[in-house]
Amino acid sequence: MSPPRASLVDTKGWIMLAAIAAACIAVPVFNLAVPEGSALHLPTYLVSLFGKYLAFALLAVALDLVWGYCGILSLGHGAFFGLGGYAMGMYLMRQIGPRGVYGNPILPDFMVFLNYKELPWYWLGFDWFPFAALMVLAVPGLLGFLFGWLAFRSRVTGVYLSIITQALTYALMLAFFRNDMGLGGNNGLTDFKDILGFPVQAQGVRVALFLATALALALGYLVARLMTVTAYGKILIAVRDAESRTRFLGYRPEHFKTLAFTVSAMMAGVAGALYVPQVGIINPGEFAPTNSIEAVIWVAVGGRGTLVGAALGAVLVNYAKTVLTGALPDAWLFGLGALFVLVTLFMPKGIVGTLVEHFGSRRAAAKLPPAPEIAPKLAEEGRG
Amino acid sequence: MSEAAVLERPIAPSGSHAPDMRLTSALLYLDDVQVTFDGYRALRGLSLTLDKGEMRAIIGPNGAGKTTMMDCITGKTRPDTGRIVFDGIVDLTKLDEPAIADLGIGRKFQKPTVFESHTVADNILLALKGPRAAFASLFGWRNRVEAEKIERLLTKVGLIEHRSRPAADLSHGQKQWLEIGMLLAQDPKLLLVDEPVAGMTDHETAETATLLREIAKDHAVVVIEHDMHFVRALQCRVSCLHEGSVLAEGSIDVVSADPKVVEVYLGR
Repeated sequence: MSPPRASLVDTKGWIMLAAIAAACIAVPVFNLAVPEGSALHLPTYLVSLFGKYLAFALLAVALDLVWGYCGILSLGHGAFFGLGGYAMGMYLMRQIGPRGVYGNPILPDFMVFLNYKELPWYWLGFDWFPFAALMVLAVPGLLGFLFGWLAFRSRVTGVYLSIITQALTYALMLAFFRNDMGLGGNNGLTDFKDILGFPVQAQGVRVALFLATALALALGYLVARLMTVTAYGKILIAVRDAESRTRFLGYRPEHFKTLAFTVSAMMAGVAGALYVPQVGIINPGEFAPTNSIEAVIWVAVGGRGTLVGAALGAVLVNYAKTVLTGALPDAWLFGLGALFVLVTLFMPKGIVGTLVEHFGSRRAAAKLPPAPEIAPKLAEEGRG
Repeated sequence: MSEAAVLERPIAPSGSHAPDMRLTSALLYLDDVQVTFDGYRALRGLSLTLDKGEMRAIIGPNGAGKTTMMDCITGKTRPDTGRIVFDGIVDLTKLDEPAIADLGIGRKFQKPTVFESHTVADNILLALKGPRAAFASLFGWRNRVEAEKIERLLTKVGLIEHRSRPAADLSHGQKQWLEIGMLLAQDPKLLLVDEPVAGMTDHETAETATLLREIAKDHAVVVIEHDMHFVRALQCRVSCLHEGSVLAEGSIDVVSADPKVVEVYLGR
């Protein structure tokens, strides 16, 4: 008899993929096919808003991969999101060409304003989409790899690691605020015109960006699933629960963690790259530590270690943010803080984790890695 | 394995023309190992030899350095001085934990340490001997292990009924057995077993002794234990540690009759 193998897509995964597929049909239909005057028409600004939610959902899945399955509470995933966003932003800036306020065919407006004579070397190649797309993956991936390699090899874990990730994104924020960085300083990159030759503001392009984000979310989920249901994922969970024990079996936890962290950083980069054309701007504010912490809350609310929960949490919390910041702008941060406290106290497994516990049969539950507590496990086992 | 770990000057017995570079025919050879923690001398010139296929019980009062010795062998603690030679050729003091595990040294901890959120069967799966690189585990052989292979091991340690349960649900004694099962899955040349029967009933203790004796038929085993009945049941050589070095060594009858051992450990 062969043991039941965890399938690549489980029940909750199918539900999520079905929801994504339904959105991919409904959004174009209600936006493009239903005429504008109709009550059923979906305004284009909402298409982009939903696209933004899905980009955040992908960021949440990336975060859940390292936090939920590997115990790495990253408080700096916004750094990778922001870097991916800047890579896309640089491509979009180069597409403006001579249509800028100053009409310089090569230099973006802010460079003309700052008296740049020529394009800095690191802007080269970004006018070519395939190169920019590669950088969307490579820059966050490389940073994630270097950071992970150094931190995990030195056996930095728990709160110390969280603090370093926070410092990482904070340092990037300060760096990107500088005009000398050559990336637009305080104002960041904006006034985008075209993407792949199509006007970025056009209704059809907006729908296409939404569809691309939905596809990226589905792919990101599948990659994360692949990494968590295989033997690799089981070892990752073993590292999360008893890192030093895995060493005595002959595993090198730092390799497993670095790989997961790198893949997660790349996914976050893609999320950022899809976010930027839909919101029309990227600035150093994206590196703000609060953004990264907000992402942690999405994952906690949805259910850490479930992937689907992370995506759901991102969408729900951001929807609540949209509604609340519209109705009571001052209340949002209190609402977010209260949400985190309440979920931690009363629903430590998050929405999806709690649902699985209720509806999943015992056997199904045994197949899932139980959602661990939200607080990072600080106590490494003592000398034994 | 790093080159540095292979002994720099392997001492072949003089006059021998055999190409064997081994320093010693012993499987494990601890030579004058010293460990100091913040001024406390945990090991004071510990020397110990274990032959291939031998089973050895280590006894001694708390603080004698038993667990520290295992920490040194498995790379968790680096000795200040001294050598630990494995298989006559590798100096373990130069290697880290995964490298040492890779050489074929498995360890069961004093406090049973299994992967609680994994099923019993998955605990065995992760322990199974074979390549352990990150990329290999994504698509490699460990994803295609036959269930029978795992079930055979679980039958051996009496946990076959529990294969699909999360390891967290097991009793203390069952966790001990699961960890022994994981050791077997690793199929090491040397098993280090730290207090395997702590918290077990008499019946479980007797079964564990039988299991370890069977394992010792084709593995070298070092067992740390306080339970003298259990040690007697192992029917093997005994070393008594005291204050970081070997106080007495021999059969259980010789060691337990040794006046020094009676003085520091067994009590009058």
